[in-house]
Amino acid sequence: MQTKRMTFPGRWLPYALLAPQVIVTLIFFIWPSLQALYMSLLREDAFGLSSTFVGLANFARLFADDTYLDSLSVTAVFAIGTTLLSMAAALLLAATVNRMLRSRNAYTTLLVWPYAIAPAIAGVLWWFIFNPSIGIVPYALEMLGYRWNHRTSGADAMMLVIIAAAWKQIAYNFLFFLAGLQSIPQSLIEAAAIDGAGPVKRFWTIVFPLLSPTTFFLMVVNVVYAMFDTFGVIHATTQGGPSQATNTLVYKVYADGFVGMNLGSSAAQSVVLMAIVIALTVVQFRYIERRVNY
Amino acid sequence: MVEHRPWSQLAAHLILIAGVALVLFPVYIAIVASTQAPGEFLRGTLPLVPGGHALENYRAMWESGLSRAGAPPVGKMLVNSLVMALAITLGKLVISLLSAFAIVYFRFPFRLFFFWLIFVTLMLPVEVRIIPTFQVVADLGMLNSFAGLSIPLIASATATFLFRQFFMTVPEELLEAARVDGAGPFRFFRDILLPLSITNIAALFVILFIYGWNQYLWPLLITTDSDYYTVVMGIQRMTTAADGDPQWHLVMAAVVMAALPPVLVILFMQRLFVKGLTETEK
Amino acid sequence: MASIKLDALEKTYPGGVQAVKGIDLEVADGEFVVLVGPSGCGKSTLLRMVAGLETISSGELHIGERRVNDLEPARRDIAMVFQNYALYPHMTVFDNLAYGLKNRGFGRDEIRRRVEEAARMLEIEPFLPRKPRQLSGGQRQRVAMGRALVREPAAFLFDEPLSNLDAKLRVQMRVEIKRLQRRLKTTSLYVTHDQLEAMTLGDRLVVLNGGRIEQVGTPMEVYARPASLFVATFIGSPAMNLLPLEALLSGPGTAVHGALLHDLPSGTGIVGVRPDALRLEPPRAPHLTLAATLELFEAAGAESHLHVRLAGSDQTLVIRTAGQPPVAEGQRLHVHITRDALHPFHRESGRRLDEPPGAREQAA
Repeated sequence: MQTKRMTFPGRWLPYALLAPQVIVTLIFFIWPSLQALYMSLLREDAFGLSSTFVGLANFARLFADDTYLDSLSVTAVFAIGTTLLSMAAALLLAATVNRMLRSRNAYTTLLVWPYAIAPAIAGVLWWFIFNPSIGIVPYALEMLGYRWNHRTSGADAMMLVIIAAAWKQIAYNFLFFLAGLQSIPQSLIEAAAIDGAGPVKRFWTIVFPLLSPTTFFLMVVNVVYAMFDTFGVIHATTQGGPSQATNTLVYKVYADGFVGMNLGSSAAQSVVLMAIVIALTVVQFRYIERRVNY
Repeated sequence: MVEHRPWSQLAAHLILIAGVALVLFPVYIAIVASTQAPGEFLRGTLPLVPGGHALENYRAMWESGLSRAGAPPVGKMLVNSLVMALAITLGKLVISLLSAFAIVYFRFPFRLFFFWLIFVTLMLPVEVRIIPTFQVVADLGMLNSFAGLSIPLIASATATFLFRQFFMTVPEELLEAARVDGAGPFRFFRDILLPLSITNIAALFVILFIYGWNQYLWPLLITTDSDYYTVVMGIQRMTTAADGDPQWHLVMAAVVMAALPPVLVILFMQRLFVKGLTETEK
Repeated sequence: MASIKLDALEKTYPGGVQAVKGIDLEVADGEFVVLVGPSGCGKSTLLRMVAGLETISSGELHIGERRVNDLEPARRDIAMVFQNYALYPHMTVFDNLAYGLKNRGFGRDEIRRRVEEAARMLEIEPFLPRKPRQLSGGQRQRVAMGRALVREPAAFLFDEPLSNLDAKLRVQMRVEIKRLQRRLKTTSLYVTHDQLEAMTLGDRLVVLNGGRIEQVGTPMEVYARPASLFVATFIGSPAMNLLPLEALLSGPGTAVHGALLHDLPSGTGIVGVRPDALRLEPPRAPHLTLAATLELFEAAGAESHLHVRLAGSDQTLVIRTAGQPPVAEGQRLHVHITRDALHPFHRESGRRLDEPPGAREQAA
């Protein structure tokens, strides 16, 4: 790891400076994570009085459990749906804004502010819009012959949470796509134009490939967002229902652990989630490091 | 665009206006709803333009909340959110500055170890370790307290990394000149490093404030005393009213109030926010 | 005021690279010594070791009477002028100048007095309330010098301070630095890669190459009697012409007074002649004559550089003469060289072979 050419001497000072962060990290991060690992290997008895060490039995049970596997697929659908929807919309908007000169800042301001909205609030807003009795959209859909009810239809519920989660995330993706687009040298575009490529062709053969580092980066971030930050969306709207239709992995950890009080299983689920996030982060960092030579 | 086609410019504007409309739509509906009279929603109609009851709705929520739904006055919850958001923001800024300073400007045994220890926190959001973290906080007696609301959330290292990246770009000669000028670590940090970091600190302030304000799961878990409810988690209690349909005009008033502060922060500090965002994540 | 004494100073980096390989040097109190050499020769490293910005691997360093090997830069009573100025961007010029004094506990009045006096000396008084980014390169450089001045240290250390300035400004600042040093009489150690700067500024020059000293001497000593091929070609512009001895001995139309060449020490492989020592008119003293053709004529106003090719070989020489001689490209001419213009160097080691009568100049 690179360092400064010159540093301060100091025996105890650096440790003192690090202490606050290290202490907080150890107490509220490392220790609970280790606890989660340990708890995932235990099972409590029916009364919650004692726990026995059961090794990897919790994990085995998890992967044999249909509701857990369902939750895996629900999460996958949710993550993919949210990512695709918000990235596609953001890319379209960013590419369009990139063409503007004078109105660029105005549009950017107007598109960026949803980042400040909490996922839970985004959920409530769209829930209101999609409310079967008084929502605008079901009213319009009914005129087209479709009865919307996310309280009874699992597919409707999934659509609701995907839309709410994606809506909020568009702003973030938009910003990064815009930055990525602006870093592509104008001379490349001009050379392509001279070579006879029209705007659409230019976009797909030149701009989009050059945007791939940004795209890849955003994909990982969006998947992580969909898997974790969206707890609020689900909890504030569907609570995982109807009948587990929107029970994503992170929601299940909460539901099983806090509501169902099944600590061992919940801990095991936490550990699985941890593994997934670590894998994603490692992939992202490896890729970014290689990208530095771009 | 290399070619000049006037109609494509028009099409672009249309796309963007559609995008903006889509983005603004939910909030517009919420604002409209928050200005309706109490009985409006029971009639099953869908208001599309603002009504005239804004002031009374907002004041009602601010002062008394929805006690039947277990939601305290919004005014109180807003204050709680503010305290929590500021505590998280300032806490994170302080410890990150100190840690980044130590990592970059000192050489000491186990330096790499501490670097990775802090780095690890980037990988695991709180949602993944909620139960044991809850346990620790409970054991330390920090439930239902501002300390419990904020301290566990200042551990993650995004700010530390941003400052580390930034400190690495500070020219070597500045440190050397300062040392020749007789400045020790403390003076260097206070007189030179901090003033140079102001932009980064401001940018991070925006991001961290939004992050802190919008915390949902954690306040949900550790506050059972409604005196400590924060506004974002409090909204949820309003929407799941036990008796009958929620009173939407009041709920939406609360929603608008809950969403407003971070949005204002972004709007006023947009440039800083964009800079902070694009630099933290990379 | 103090002297600086370097004894067998060495610097090896953790990777194994040895940047400084044993340097002995004494800078007298009030002397202006210039360290000069190409990139990577160790001159900056050496300066930073004196400053305390690099650790000393082995050897002794004394500033004045004190051994300062392990002292912090702030304790060595030195002041440094950096190549990139290193001004604190967020402070005014006044605060930049005052910072070092503030840290040392000087009182407000004393600080103001010193800052204003330095500002007057450097003509930067109008800039005191401004920030560095509002100043031009030359002005910033003066502020950097001011920062060193106010400290009234035992020694000034300059790390290529003029490299970032344009050519004209460089010449101007060079003169100012020399004037200042004459006036203040502070011991100064100055690093540059520009041989002209070194020649005009230094009381003595230290020519470095590959971490070692090639030669120490006054500018004229180094110019007139370079101790090695490296010094010979590094100092002086246009560079010294180098000829293998054979080129002077053989070939048609050469060596009219060949006896001169037998005078050269044995082991001579390469002979150097400065461009300004080559004559177009035969001199009265005993001399060597070579036939050549003019290939390229460079007119530089007050002087001209003639690039000639020796007859019957590929050897080229550069001649520097005053004014504009009446010769045209493609013309044949004769070049005359006197004995004292010949610098003999050993065939393999490149070291100068003839000692001046009496004195020995050796810097380990």
